Amino acid sequence: MRAILEGSKAVAEAVRLCRPNLVCAYPITPQTHIVEELSRMVAEGSLDAGFVLAESEFGAASVVLGGSAVGGRAYTATSSQGLLLMVEVIFNIAGLRLPVVMTCANRAVSAPINIWNDQQDSVSIRDSGWIQLYVEDNQEAVDTHIQAFRIAEELMIPVMVCMDGYVLTHTVEPVDLPEQEEVDRFLPPYRPKYRLDPDDPFTMGAMVGPEAYMETRYHLHMDMMEARSVIRRVAEEYAESFGRYHGGLVEAYDVEGADVVLVSMGSLLGTMREAVEELREEGLKVGLLKIRCFRPFPKEAIHDALKGVGVVGVIEKDVSLGLEGTLCSEMRAAFCGEESPEISSFVMGLGGRDITVEEIKQVARELAADPACRVEFRGLKEELLRGDEG
Amino acid sequence: MKEIRIHGRGGMGNVTAAELLAEAAFADGKHAQAFPFFGAERQGAPVVAFVRIDDRPIRVRQQVYAPDYLIVQDAGLLFNADVLEGLKPGGAVLVNTTLPGDVLPIGEGFKVYTVPALKVALEVIGRPIINVVMVGAFACATGLVRLEAVTEAIKVRFPGELGEKEALATIKACEQIGECG
Repeated sequence: MRAILEGSKAVAEAVRLCRPNLVCAYPITPQTHIVEELSRMVAEGSLDAGFVLAESEFGAASVVLGGSAVGGRAYTATSSQGLLLMVEVIFNIAGLRLPVVMTCANRAVSAPINIWNDQQDSVSIRDSGWIQLYVEDNQEAVDTHIQAFRIAEELMIPVMVCMDGYVLTHTVEPVDLPEQEEVDRFLPPYRPKYRLDPDDPFTMGAMVGPEAYMETRYHLHMDMMEARSVIRRVAEEYAESFGRYHGGLVEAYDVEGADVVLVSMGSLLGTMREAVEELREEGLKVGLLKIRCFRPFPKEAIHDALKGVGVVGVIEKDVSLGLEGTLCSEMRAAFCGEESPEISSFVMGLGGRDITVEEIKQVARELAADPACRVEFRGLKEELLRGDEG
Repeated sequence: MKEIRIHGRGGMGNVTAAELLAEAAFADGKHAQAFPFFGAERQGAPVVAFVRIDDRPIRVRQQVYAPDYLIVQDAGLLFNADVLEGLKPGGAVLVNTTLPGDVLPIGEGFKVYTVPALKVALEVIGRPIINVVMVGAFACATGLVRLEAVTEAIKVRFPGELGEKEALATIKACEQIGECG
């Protein structure tokens, strides 16, 4: 059914279609509308799930951990400080191999406190063992949540769907919502391989010493590497069932023969597509690479997509303080031992600073003129940097 | 693509106005996008919301800097120079006011529509609900969306007596639109 609705409501509809047994969250801007909507669905009886309003994000993550451990399909959502407060449990959920699905409504982290969008929150916990998928628009948000439960339960690895806070969560735009029967066919009921059960007790999360800890982590690492093929296959199967495909691990757009390729994750891709089209009309051959899957990191897919490309600019809304944009570092790692394009880091849009088509075009033009690898913050206000009074 | 920027004060329903406009455009078979200026809004503080309407899917997500249309829910905001910033030459402004358009500080080269939205809202709805009246008046003044699509969107969002009264108010508002420029 095609409808026009707010991104948060679209995500809540998608989660409802996945028939979770448990929804648990603590409200935080800009995630709030998603869980408010799910809470309303449970209250009015249109979603047959337990809804727990936790006392904090730490509590919320712990509740979905428990719900998943006893064999339920568990969902939560958070943002920013909420995600950071969850971190200890986040690592545990992955280590315990529990297929929780979470929405991260991406928001900047404190201090200074800022409720606006960037991607520092989820990028900061990239090493936790969660699959991270970044979506470009609200249609992709809907479709990716449905895929997320399939991926998580097949691999017994949790999945975080990252959608830009406000930019997507609070934007009203047309979305195609699948029918319940279609989703039921695509996503069968969750049948856990193992679960906590008082009638059949076993231990989950036992202490593991130096004799076996490393192997446990290696298994999770190898399964994360393997997850790449599953993420790709699930996206293809989704396309067959629903007729929509947003890329598996990455999506290349106008990359072949491009003088410059710009790379990013999330909703900025939409604005970048506009910029690329205008640049091409102006005679500058610019391509685009969308990173849909950030963890596991799709090294080979990136490598293949950028074959023959000489100049790459990574535009991202996060920064590894003291180095550069995180995605940029990882892009460079994709070319280990191979001939690498010049890959530059452009940190933009932190804390909700708007990124315009013109600014993106300017990055591409400057890279075309001077491809040398560099790290830059763009869109800074010089007057604030100087510390001028008034 | 047509871009619309809505100016008002926190509490006037600026975001709802933007969403109703997008919903009406969608009902007309167009692509539409509505989003607020993401912020910690407070009652009474100047706020903006944005709408894009196009025949093809809308990808761009930057804020609206060069609108084709402005909707100004509080004429007092016109004394703040920011409101008119970026309005395209030949663009149109719809203002909630009982004053004629030619006394408003809007400069040359723009189309100015006025509508006494507060007066109509109080008369027909009995409450100062301006935003729906402005969206209805915008439909009539510009023809960018159909008035029927607006009234339908209003009734879906506000079912029952309130929505009926609001829909009626938009029709009344359309009879009282002033025009100059």
